[in-house]
Amino acid sequence: MAGVRGLRNLWDSNLLHFTRKIRRLGTIESSNTLQRFCRCASTFSFVPDSPSPFDGETQKLNLFQSLTNAMDIILDSDPTAVIFGEDVAFGGVFRCTVGLKDKYGKDRVFNTPLSEQGIVGFGIGMAAAGATAIAEIQFADYIFPAFDQLVNEGAKFRYRSGNLFNCGSLTVRAPCGAVGHGAHYHSQSVESFFAHVPGLKVVIPRGPIQAKGLLLSSIRDKNPVIFLEPKILYRQAVEEVPVGDYEIPLSEAEILEEGSDVTLVGWGTQIHVLRDVCKMAKDQLGVNCELIDLRTILPWDEETVIKSVLKTGRLLIAHEAPLTGGFAAEISSTVQEHCFLSLEAPIQRVCGWDTPFPHIFEPFYLPDKWRCFEALKKITSY
Amino acid sequence: MAASTWLIRAVSPRFHRKLSHLRTLPNGFKTLRYCTGTGSSEPDHQDKPRFPGALNSCYTEKLEFDDPEDGGVIPVYRVMGRNGKVYDEALDPKLDKEKIQDLYKKMTLLNTMDRIMYDSQRQGRIPFYVTSYGEEATLFGSAAALSPEDVVFGQYREAGVLLWRGFTLDEFMNQCYSNQHDHGKGRQMPVHYGSKDLNFVTISSTLATQMPHASGYGYALKRAGTGNCVICYFGEGAASEGDAHAAFNFAATLEAPVIFFCRNNGYAISTPTSEQYRGDGIAGHGRGYGIKAIRVDGNDVFAVYNVTKAAREIAVNQSRPVIIEAMTYRIGHHSTSDDSSVYRSLKEVSYWDKEDHPIGRLRQYMENKRWWDSEMEEQWKRDSRQQILAAFSKAEKELKPPVKDMFNDVYDSLSHRLRKQHQECMNHVAKYPEEYPSELHAKDE
Repeated sequence: MAGVRGLRNLWDSNLLHFTRKIRRLGTIESSNTLQRFCRCASTFSFVPDSPSPFDGETQKLNLFQSLTNAMDIILDSDPTAVIFGEDVAFGGVFRCTVGLKDKYGKDRVFNTPLSEQGIVGFGIGMAAAGATAIAEIQFADYIFPAFDQLVNEGAKFRYRSGNLFNCGSLTVRAPCGAVGHGAHYHSQSVESFFAHVPGLKVVIPRGPIQAKGLLLSSIRDKNPVIFLEPKILYRQAVEEVPVGDYEIPLSEAEILEEGSDVTLVGWGTQIHVLRDVCKMAKDQLGVNCELIDLRTILPWDEETVIKSVLKTGRLLIAHEAPLTGGFAAEISSTVQEHCFLSLEAPIQRVCGWDTPFPHIFEPFYLPDKWRCFEALKKITSY
Repeated sequence: MAASTWLIRAVSPRFHRKLSHLRTLPNGFKTLRYCTGTGSSEPDHQDKPRFPGALNSCYTEKLEFDDPEDGGVIPVYRVMGRNGKVYDEALDPKLDKEKIQDLYKKMTLLNTMDRIMYDSQRQGRIPFYVTSYGEEATLFGSAAALSPEDVVFGQYREAGVLLWRGFTLDEFMNQCYSNQHDHGKGRQMPVHYGSKDLNFVTISSTLATQMPHASGYGYALKRAGTGNCVICYFGEGAASEGDAHAAFNFAATLEAPVIFFCRNNGYAISTPTSEQYRGDGIAGHGRGYGIKAIRVDGNDVFAVYNVTKAAREIAVNQSRPVIIEAMTYRIGHHSTSDDSSVYRSLKEVSYWDKEDHPIGRLRQYMENKRWWDSEMEEQWKRDSRQQILAAFSKAEKELKPPVKDMFNDVYDSLSHRLRKQHQECMNHVAKYPEEYPSELHAKDE
């Protein structure tokens, strides 16, 4: 993990530039120019959500700020809550914990030694004592040293003790997903490894409003939650986020666009890719897509997806992670089982290829809107 | 740049202050020897390194590796000899007669329970068992020195700690038989005990994973200000896991009140310590992590008691971890799935069993004080055996937990999918009633 530290400054500046580049390029129609200029291969445009009128006053926040805001609310309202991980004290390498140490003290927002198994193990111990533990793994790519702690310990703590003990107040936050140039170890989407682990919850937001509400729910949920944050959106995604305390329920998918012809399912950054695909489908093919953000990978909301496919008869699932063993396989086989008589075309999975996440080939690797659009054409004309 | 460097060098009072701090470090500290070494009058020795990674160090022009083989082995603290005689009256913790008799009775009770349960596994009545033969003093000596509110994380050979705290024979048996009264609802293998009431966190099979938990739990206790500490037991083999490293380092840097209690019994299944580590045991790690460490005769219940009591003071009052390495010997097989005669000699085992056994030693102490005699021994042997057998047959007859308990507690509430799977399971079993042992289980509510 030594490389991470060196990358930090570079990273910060790159992300800053990214935002500017994307904005400026957003008006350019030619995708060729776009792809040549900016290596972020997904070429999506972030469309802000509108805040619920019930959640009151709002402020313009990007994704990392909305996360800070959520953690601020928790620290303020829960005296047992602590935040820890590598470099969180000065504000975190992605600025998610800026100002929190100064506001709440160094016994509540603190750096740990550089050891992921230690961070998660320590968090499980704190949670077992009844404290609210918010652990940060600097990149989801580095969560694997803590795999044993998450899978064998965190996930089974309640079950194996007959509910005498639990670590339900543990939340593990980790930046995930493609970022343009992160290569093998700053790009991975790790959700499906954890989707196979009864006892864990896995959550991925698509934007600042979602991030805040889902993080507040995750921290307060009585089960250990892995909260994966699409890092490409940290600065790029800006929305009017309600300033107050609000929660978005876990294990509930959200229908972002209603449609009658095809169901599109994704999560995280991929939602924005699929939103573009919806528009392309409508403009170019006259096809009405129903777009679903799964939001919680485990336990996932089967009902919403199944209901949608029963209506549309066609399903396309897209994720950045590799195809084989990816979570799309789980969705696909479940839908096939429940919607067999309604399906009018084979379910399509548009995913990362079965390779490690590459550096210079990222534009060819990601399930971008053109690949999704092509798959969509295939199932609508099947 | 050059000017500022010169300026810092010129400020010598600061340097003197730092050096006096250094002198407070314990004797034998290698760096200290370097730093205060006589005969070096060169002006460069007035210069102190400013590397942030080792601020207490000093410069040397001698190329000399720090060599673990040049002495400095941590001694084994003891209070009484193999004949039960206390070396120095001042060291005797002077526990009263009742407490010592209680200690002895519980040590022997565990020993008898181990024998009965071991045999019952051999008869196929329970699937697995782990005995504590030879390690009774490490468990009872340490447990007796703690407050009942101190939280225990164990590995699996710590049943004695539970027994000391009041875990009943019924509770032990219910767990080993996985019956409906098992606190763990029959989900884990035998000897994976846990008790919320007795502050003993449920055991899991994964080695050393409990160690960073202990650090985190300790940190939470410190923040809560309860004045309690955490004790974390582990074997010398488990100390090789990465989690042990993480736990020591986290507890030290985050100043958590944790007693890391290592049972160094010479073997990790078949692996002798010579294949486990090359350094000075586990206590030898302490210095590297900045943790106070001590090595104790694990067959001497008073030595373990004294050491744990002192460690608890340090942990609670100074909010820092302590490592205790209790030297002992695993007299029994690793588990019921192991035949240790394949990798060690009977002679070696017999030495520890006959000549240096923690129970024998405490009995000698008691007999020297005329607090115990062979009549009391016979009586207690009969009583304890009866108690165990009674609990044993009671637990054996009990129904197993309802099948629904297979699905509960995965999450705090049943997920949609798990509810469906439970239904599916029950429907299936209803269709093939002859093929499943439903009659052994309590009915689902």
